[in-house]
Amino acid sequence: MIEVRGLAKYFGRHTALRNLDLTVAAGEFIALFGRNGAGKTTFLRILAGLSRPSSGRAWIQSPDATSPQSLRVMLGYLSHHTSIYLDLTALENLRFYARLMDLPAEDGDLEKEIARVGLCGRDREPVRNFSRGMQQRLAIARAFLHDPAILLLDEPFTGLDQEGTTFFKRYLAAEHKRGKTCLMAIHDAALGYELADRLLVIEKGIVALDVTKASLTLDQFQEQYQALVEER
Amino acid sequence: MKPGERSGFDRLWWGFLLVSMAAALYMAFIQAPQEKTMGDLQRIFYFHVPAAMTGLTALAVNFIASLMFLARKDRWWDNLALSAAEIGVVFLTMVLVTGPIWAKPVWLVWWTWSPRLTSSLVLWMLYVAYLLVRNYTADPDRRALMSAVFGIVAFVDAPIVWFSIRWWRDIHPSPMLETGGLSPAMRPALWTCWVAFQVLFIYLIRRRFFLESAQQEIEWIERRLDASR
Amino acid sequence: MGKKIWAIFRKDLLIELRTKDSLNAMLFFGIVVLVIFNFALEAVRDAIHSAAPGILWTAFAFAGTLGLNRMFAAEKENGCMQGLLMLPIDRGIIYLGKMLAAAVFMMIAEAVIFVFSLVFFNLTVWKEIPYLALVFSIGTLGFTAVGTLLSAVSVNTRMREVLLPLILFPTALPILINAVEATSIILNGSDYQSLRLPITIMSVFTIVFGTLSYLLFEYVLED
Repeated sequence: MIEVRGLAKYFGRHTALRNLDLTVAAGEFIALFGRNGAGKTTFLRILAGLSRPSSGRAWIQSPDATSPQSLRVMLGYLSHHTSIYLDLTALENLRFYARLMDLPAEDGDLEKEIARVGLCGRDREPVRNFSRGMQQRLAIARAFLHDPAILLLDEPFTGLDQEGTTFFKRYLAAEHKRGKTCLMAIHDAALGYELADRLLVIEKGIVALDVTKASLTLDQFQEQYQALVEER
Repeated sequence: MKPGERSGFDRLWWGFLLVSMAAALYMAFIQAPQEKTMGDLQRIFYFHVPAAMTGLTALAVNFIASLMFLARKDRWWDNLALSAAEIGVVFLTMVLVTGPIWAKPVWLVWWTWSPRLTSSLVLWMLYVAYLLVRNYTADPDRRALMSAVFGIVAFVDAPIVWFSIRWWRDIHPSPMLETGGLSPAMRPALWTCWVAFQVLFIYLIRRRFFLESAQQEIEWIERRLDASR
Repeated sequence: MGKKIWAIFRKDLLIELRTKDSLNAMLFFGIVVLVIFNFALEAVRDAIHSAAPGILWTAFAFAGTLGLNRMFAAEKENGCMQGLLMLPIDRGIIYLGKMLAAAVFMMIAEAVIFVFSLVFFNLTVWKEIPYLALVFSIGTLGFTAVGTLLSAVSVNTRMREVLLPLILFPTALPILINAVEATSIILNGSDYQSLRLPITIMSVFTIVFGTLSYLLFEYVLED
């Protein structure tokens, strides 16, 4: 579904991605690991279409991907930023995005979405009053409001408490079952291992390790990962 | 090429530049007739006007280079755009300096808000703004994008600025008129100077472009070094 | 398409009406400019009437720049710009929505600043108001047409908000020259026929830069 060939991205003298090749099949759930600054965020941003590669290509293989706009409909991106307006209510936030995505924007539909992420009853409060965890939940509702086929997630469990983490784990597992393709950058090896089918480590701008969950245990994976990042 | 070295073409062009500048100086100071009212002071006109014309040429080059960069995303065009803008600012500065030198003895004031001087000032400000945009954007690729956009805006703005200032001056006429009137006898000198300035322009822009390309190569080398660490 | 432009416009309006951050700053700054000019031009107190159009538009321009500065800075805050960029819409639509919002805020500020100027400069205007409204509107639209684009350019640089006035004022000069002239013609009760040219130039400027900005906007948002 997603093809990446020779992807490179520089920021002046700093190289974020060197020569990345990857093929992602539809329905796969990939956990992306790597040190800070290894290029995970840059990679996800390029896939999301927010950043232009310096060289190489990344594209989505699908009969529905005919124009940049139809491509964006297929993508859902959840980054470090929540991309929600603090001075609007939860309902207003979703209504805004729904309108711009040509989705049903009736209060009833949006309230359902808000309830789905566990924010029932808080839809008319200004988001400024929300805790970080609640804001993150709303961000999840916003990012996936249009039910995209491909989910791009950058450290999505940041800011979530125990309850929130459990909730989102279940959410992602359900999306995975529905056949969604997911790429998730994550620090927590155990969590990533639990959710994903395939584990990738990005180091020095390329894919340094690419294994399926079935092929090794969590401990084995952590060993290999440690070995990779300690090599300096 | 080693830094400071020049290619064969550049050396040839340098020779050509020396010749045309010598010719220009001769034409402006010796061949051209003396002007009735202002005397020899008027001769600054042979540098003031060509500087303005060459400045505008530079800005046109910047405009085209900016458009091409947005179309092709090739840094070659960005290097050209920068070189043209910098040199354009230099020539416009010449206009802004020679203007007052001329005005002071004739009108007893340093500055006249004449259409040409005022427009030159605003244009100068516009392209200094262009250089500021470049200066304050750290990432080279983004810098190229932002300045290409601003270069296009500035160039489209220029005629509207000129027209607005002209109209404004018409409404509020000034007792000080900048003479642009030329007797036919003065034209050869003017054109010689114009040619000399264009030759200078091409020489300068080539050198500046080379400098910028070298800078880009350094960036590439630093990137390789950085990546191999 | 119109619905989406309206959605973006409405969102900015809603946030601003709720927080009033920008509007307060713009209003206050505009009035401060009026007061400063009052002291600066004390020596020519009698002539202050003729200086009124220039003073007004200086105040408008500064207030407008303040508003434009906040326009994209606020979006960057929570990564909201990213959210907008992920939407399946033409980038130019973001531009139009934001430009309209900036224009409306600026016009609200202008209206209040104008009322203050009537008091400070002891002006009486009644029948001139529709003409003034026309000039203010077109001038503001032109200013924000190019200002919105340049605000997006400057927010991406190291100097952020400081750069905007430096690049906006030379660019918007035709608007300022013509707006001051037109305002002067109206306030001095001169021949209204002569309004035609400045209004035409301002309209041309607005259309040219509105279109150009619409087309160039996507390049400014790229990374």
